[in-house]
Amino acid sequence: MKRVQAKPLGTLSRRTNRATDEKVESRPQEQKTSEEAVFDVQDLSVFYGDFRAVRNVTLAVSQRNITALIGPSGCGKTTVLRCFNRMNDLVDTARIEGNILYHGVDLYESRVDPVEVRRRVGMVFQKPNPFPKSIYDNVSFGPKIAGFKGSMDDLVEEALTKAALWDEVKSRLKESGMSLSGGQQQRLCIARAIAVQPDVILMDEPCSALDPIATGHIEDLMQDLKNDYTIIIVTHNMQQAARVSDMTAFFTAEVNEKQDRRTGVLVEFDHTERMFTNPSDERTENYVTGRFG
Amino acid sequence: MSNAAGGLLLELEGSPARRRKERIVRGIFFALAAMSVVISATIVLALIQEAVQFVGAIGVGDLWQRGWFPRRGIFDVRTILVGTLVVTGIGMLVAAPLGLGAAVYLSEYARPRIRKLLKPILEIIAGIPSIVLGVFAFSWINPQIVDRFLCGDASFFNLGAAGVGVGVLVTPLVASIAEDAMRAVPMSLREGAYGLGARKRSTTVKIVFPAAISGIVAAVIVGMSRAIGETMVVALAGGATGGSLFSADYCQPGQTMTGAMAALAIGGDQVKGDVSAFQSLYFVGLVLFLLTLGLNVLSGRIVRRVRKKY
Ligand SMILES: Nc1ncnc2c1ncn2[C@@H]1O[C@H](COP(=O)(O)OP(=O)(O)O)[C@@H](O)[C@H]1O
Ligand SMILES: [Mg+2]
Repeated sequence: MKRVQAKPLGTLSRRTNRATDEKVESRPQEQKTSEEAVFDVQDLSVFYGDFRAVRNVTLAVSQRNITALIGPSGCGKTTVLRCFNRMNDLVDTARIEGNILYHGVDLYESRVDPVEVRRRVGMVFQKPNPFPKSIYDNVSFGPKIAGFKGSMDDLVEEALTKAALWDEVKSRLKESGMSLSGGQQQRLCIARAIAVQPDVILMDEPCSALDPIATGHIEDLMQDLKNDYTIIIVTHNMQQAARVSDMTAFFTAEVNEKQDRRTGVLVEFDHTERMFTNPSDERTENYVTGRFG
Repeated sequence: MSNAAGGLLLELEGSPARRRKERIVRGIFFALAAMSVVISATIVLALIQEAVQFVGAIGVGDLWQRGWFPRRGIFDVRTILVGTLVVTGIGMLVAAPLGLGAAVYLSEYARPRIRKLLKPILEIIAGIPSIVLGVFAFSWINPQIVDRFLCGDASFFNLGAAGVGVGVLVTPLVASIAEDAMRAVPMSLREGAYGLGARKRSTTVKIVFPAAISGIVAAVIVGMSRAIGETMVVALAGGATGGSLFSADYCQPGQTMTGAMAALAIGGDQVKGDVSAFQSLYFVGLVLFLLTLGLNVLSGRIVRRVRKKY
């Protein structure tokens, strides 16, 4: 793995002046042209207290790509995903070893403010979790707290349109977000994440609570979103990973040193196509061909 | 019917003795439920009957004049109603911010270890007998808070001290109900907000608080009911055991409905023999009951209306 030189902290620092901090411009300029990774994960281990949930993960997430994290339940996919926006900071016992570089900046550097990270790295959760507010207020919540000054109506429309939900809800923006169907709720959550104009969107099994038709909607949507955003998706559905992702990381759980718990390990990280047709690890092959056991 | 089927039918019939037992148990529970309804209804009917007799005896017009002096046959309901409102108002001015603040802290900010330490303390405060708080109200709250900061020249007994004392009394109640409501807000909503780059403060104010609003309103209203019904603190710190002139001045002694009832019932006002004074007890009790009932109905309404919206 190529070690990327850590750049000085730019916009992630707490001391950033918000007034001049235009979201789109705040992304480092060179990313559009260079091959540089959005995230560079180096030898990452995640602990809950003494328990090491995941160990020694090394992978790179590239710009405007869909990266899938797959593997059996409990192998630490969610745990790894929640490191990318420092969501694990909310768990008192959680801590990491190793490095995650975000556009070359060490995400866990002491000066980095997790709130600034989360404004750039949005998240869609496994279970749709719209706020008990109107559809409009769900979408405008993020921009509002970030101090957005432009036309909120336009922003809400744009986000809902990008999330392929506008036509279904445009006549009832004042209704509660909770009144929508499960699939619509999840698209509302995606719109909500898009509205803060993030750089990356993390999705934790976004379709696991949805029926096949709603799942299809979301998968199509991800292909559209790929043009503007970098997406990392956790799924335990291999077909879904094969359908939507460019890169796939396959995790599994192995009995740990103390023989009492299972620790997640990254088995293989490769182009999705190669992963599913010609995996280099036997465990991957067993899993993708359904012989996992 | 074949023999085999006949045997099955017999099995399926089960045991008549068990069915009889079931009926008896059901009957016992029905009787218990009915009894509590009958007792409540009897109390309310007795209240109404005596109250009507009281109003009939002194005349409706006499309920609106010159203060509350049962000994002299002067029954101005406004006096004690205003006394109750002043005490309750001051009580809630203390209890709502303190209680809701404590609830926000315990539910959103306190680390588990600190919460484990603080919750029992809250319960200890809730367990202080109200007569102790009453003593505390006139001996400490009055000189140190009411007289020093609010009045300057307060009487030894006054409604202000009683109000603050009542506020301290209901704070744990408000805190505990509101905290339950906020902790019931699913973690996933908070995570949704944090995931959008919200800080703790906006998450609490804009997500958790509105999501728990029905429980928070209920907490305040239950606190209010409790404040209205509180007797001991007022009887000790509010003064005016005998009677009271109409006044809303919280620096002066005053009488609340509960205080007036206590004075009447224990005979502190030396009216034991006076029939209409004795009956006024029922009348005030009825008003108190209606007030609390109204608040409970209101809180139910608010809770339902807010729920419907989301
Ligand atoms: N907050 C937590 N505290 C302690 N252990 C946790 C926590 N979250 C997850 N774990 C443990 O970490 C391991 C990985 O969990 P998770 O990342 O949710 O797996 P996956 O998403 O692949 O199903 C599991 O053994 C799980 O029990
Ligand atoms: Mg998971």
